[in-house]
Amino acid sequence: MVTISSNLLYIAFILYLVATLFFGGAIKAKKNIGEKKGTNRWGKIAVFLTIVGFISQVGYFITRWIAAGHAPVSNLFEFTTFFGMCLVGAFIVIYFIYRTPLLGLFTMPVAILVIAYASMFPRDISPLIPALQSDWLHIHVTTAALGEAILAISFGAGLIYLVKVIDQSKASKRTFWLEAVMFGLVTTLGFVLVSTLFSAMDYKAEFNWINKNDQAATIEYTMPAITGPHEGEIITKGKFEPLVEMPALINAKKMNSVIWSFIGGFILYGLIRLILRKRISAALQPLVKNINLDFVDEISYRSVLIGFPVFTLGALIFAMIWAQIAWTRFWGWDPKEVWALITWLFYAAFLHLRLSKGWHGEKSAWLAVIGFVIIMFNLVAVNLVIAGLHSYAG
Amino acid sequence: MKDVKCECGHVNPHGTVLCEACGKVLDEQSQDKSLLDMRYEGSARRSQTYNKSIVDKIWNFFSSVKVGVWLIVVTLVASAAGTILPQEMYIPPTMPAEEYYEDQYGWFGKLYYELGFNNLYSSWWYLVLIAMIGISLVICSLDRVVPLYKALKAQKVTRHEGFLKRQRLFGISENVDEQDIAAVKQRLKAKRYNIREENGDLLAEKGRFSRWGPYVNHVGLIIFLIGGMLRFVPGMYIDKVLWLREGETKVVPETDGQYYVANEKFILENYDKEKEDKTFEAAIDRAGMVVKNYQTNAVLYKRVGPAIPGEQPELEKVKEHKIKVNQPLKFEKFALYQVDYKLDELNTMSFSLTNKATGNTFGDVKINLYDPKPKYDLGNGYGVEVLSFFPDFEFAKDGEPTTKSRIPNNPAFVFKMTSPEVPKGETSFVAIQQTIEPLGDNQYKMAFKGIETKNVTALTVRKDLTIWIIVLGGILFMIGVIQGAYWNHRRIWVQNKNGEIWIAAHTNKNWYGLKREIESALSETKINIPNDQIQREKMDKEGV
Ligand code: HEM
Repeated sequence: MVTISSNLLYIAFILYLVATLFFGGAIKAKKNIGEKKGTNRWGKIAVFLTIVGFISQVGYFITRWIAAGHAPVSNLFEFTTFFGMCLVGAFIVIYFIYRTPLLGLFTMPVAILVIAYASMFPRDISPLIPALQSDWLHIHVTTAALGEAILAISFGAGLIYLVKVIDQSKASKRTFWLEAVMFGLVTTLGFVLVSTLFSAMDYKAEFNWINKNDQAATIEYTMPAITGPHEGEIITKGKFEPLVEMPALINAKKMNSVIWSFIGGFILYGLIRLILRKRISAALQPLVKNINLDFVDEISYRSVLIGFPVFTLGALIFAMIWAQIAWTRFWGWDPKEVWALITWLFYAAFLHLRLSKGWHGEKSAWLAVIGFVIIMFNLVAVNLVIAGLHSYAG
Repeated sequence: MKDVKCECGHVNPHGTVLCEACGKVLDEQSQDKSLLDMRYEGSARRSQTYNKSIVDKIWNFFSSVKVGVWLIVVTLVASAAGTILPQEMYIPPTMPAEEYYEDQYGWFGKLYYELGFNNLYSSWWYLVLIAMIGISLVICSLDRVVPLYKALKAQKVTRHEGFLKRQRLFGISENVDEQDIAAVKQRLKAKRYNIREENGDLLAEKGRFSRWGPYVNHVGLIIFLIGGMLRFVPGMYIDKVLWLREGETKVVPETDGQYYVANEKFILENYDKEKEDKTFEAAIDRAGMVVKNYQTNAVLYKRVGPAIPGEQPELEKVKEHKIKVNQPLKFEKFALYQVDYKLDELNTMSFSLTNKATGNTFGDVKINLYDPKPKYDLGNGYGVEVLSFFPDFEFAKDGEPTTKSRIPNNPAFVFKMTSPEVPKGETSFVAIQQTIEPLGDNQYKMAFKGIETKNVTALTVRKDLTIWIIVLGGILFMIGVIQGAYWNHRRIWVQNKNGEIWIAAHTNKNWYGLKREIESALSETKINIPNDQIQREKMDKEGV
């Protein structure tokens, strides 16, 4: 069952990749046909592949559920993959409302990155600790992920808006920040590639070190140590010696992964720039030439509007119900909870600005980007850096 | 203040921008705009009309969405600041917070502590922020909902030309015949539009109730916040921890001595990769040990008869329940939750009175560490007296033995051993792994024999009378957001002006949906699809 499950996920991943290429083809082909409305043959194939991939991933989800005996949303790998699945699902729904393949070209790569990122974490099926043994956990986590995914679609649409509207002929603050977003996406890819590379090399280096409670401990690095642990001493022979030693307070291993991701990101980004000879956003600009700005703005706003209630229900209300049962109180100011609140407040501000201050178009698109950054921060940084009750990862 | 009478005959309150009935522009400033600002239907809002007294000023401050958004953003940033370092309630209790932050995080930790960020979410200024959001919610909603309601109620079918012309979707068609109008009417009806007619003019409207969504959700939020505030009212909210050893029965705090709870057994189970499904093997290997269950087998008792001080209460069993995480024991307004535990806490210690030279023993003493007896008579002239007992022994700064707490973490005794050889007794200080004989060599000793331990469970006693208010607030909020987000208020005016058919349409959101509906309603008729005047303006600018 477990093997079937991971194969289904693998198939889904490949299908998403191929679908993205077809979405690209759909945009390229459209230019020749001209302003004909609707989707051409390439686009239809792309959507078809996306749907088949989605079904395959649902298959992964169900089979893993059966194997584990509980919904597979209980560790970082499972949750993040599920988020990727919701992203694809949300895209499919929005696609059938607005029928624009361009949205696929921008959201599918994000979903692919999310799933690839997820698979860098331990993929074992883990048993549930007592606090997690509740149906409310599963209801809460799935609805929250779905809400976040719908909100993330507005990021995709916002990105299209920005790529189109920002003048790439001269460098400005706007080009810089848009490029920073692109760099962020590339860095995620960098992390995936670097992790895959070292795990293919089966790199392992063990250290003795002194943790922050002054106790001796051992830690295993799976990437060459740039930042070594506090008073670390390498025990595995013939491995790379750390360049700098970190104080006990900082998790040197995670820091090391972050640095490697950035190295990977920079190299990758440098290569892309070398090939393109212009900013990534500038290179993408021709693709979005035919899209109507008001139309993407509307898609972006609609996805926030559809996603906000779902997010509120999943990430706040269901979370409170579960917390009340498992931890005796519905709210405990745990970092993960606080960041869900921050996300919620942010989108509330977004809606108010849009409604009353008339923040449409570009401003609204930037807000959609920031919102996505907050969501990803909650998903990644809060889990890995600020450990709390929810912290899945060790 | 003077009311304003429009040429259509409708009397509007002072401050009205668009006539409530026919939509004629009453306000000079909006006269020459090419598109109307349709927010709140151009109705007369108090905040836009008065700005004289102090009350006006405060009202206007809190009803401004700009202020509201600032409040939200400041709260957001403050909340984020509270996650940089752990809050005080999450730090280990080994050290006072004052030292902990500096010790763990250096100067930054010290600063964090001194700014009071260690308890940010209960700080006065954070609560003030939340309260201001609450006030803002009340005032901004009142400021808008009443005029909006009146304006929507007063609207007439026939609209002023200036109103129609300045809608975002607008178009004029000529040579339209009756059948076309009838067909459009039919199709709009099929799309569940509510249709009103007056002198050949037509207004199709749907989803007006969605306009109340924001107000419903704000009311929900206000109720939620009130619920949160009520928690500070004594008696509404109880949060106590009860430690119970196995076999112990204690009164449940805050129940007026009505209820007692016994801990029959505390169980901690780990996942066993041998027994459990093999699926988890890899994960268990990685983690080392994964807890499967924390459980207290509890019995709830109720006192019968009056409480008499000094006497054992008479108890009647109410129910048994296996309290697990996620499965609290509930009774009346109370719930008991599994929150903590301690395994193998010392419960009894036994010693043998032993002659040091011969090794012969003269009876055993078993001491209940929660209730040591002063004297143990072993017969035949042998006996042991407990002169002092330190359940949690340490040497104080002045070198005297003391106890840190009443929990027997590190018990120590001063015994007086009497025997036929030494009838007046020998004194011995006995602690774990050490014996001190203060008055020189003794003939006898208390040889350590063994210990018995018990598991201890910690239950949180919770009563929360505010919860239903909070639930109500949450439900209202959800209804409100869904109402406002998943439905839109759409209006289409089809009107006869100078022999031409004018079409204008407005929606509060989702223009795409409205346009598609209009397109399908007007298809195959001689009525032209109205233009999107905003998009036209943009296109002109973009030069597309
Ligand atoms: C955390 C707090 C708040 C939340 C979650 C919230 C939520 C919402 C939502 C979901 C909407 C509907 C938006 C839309 O349909 O696009 C809305 C509308 C609105 N909110 Fe809030 N709100 C909050 C605080 C405030 C505050 C403090 C003010 C005060 C200035 C305010 C004033 C308004 C106004 C004026 C509207 C528009 C009503 C309309 O145009 O019909 N809100 N709010």
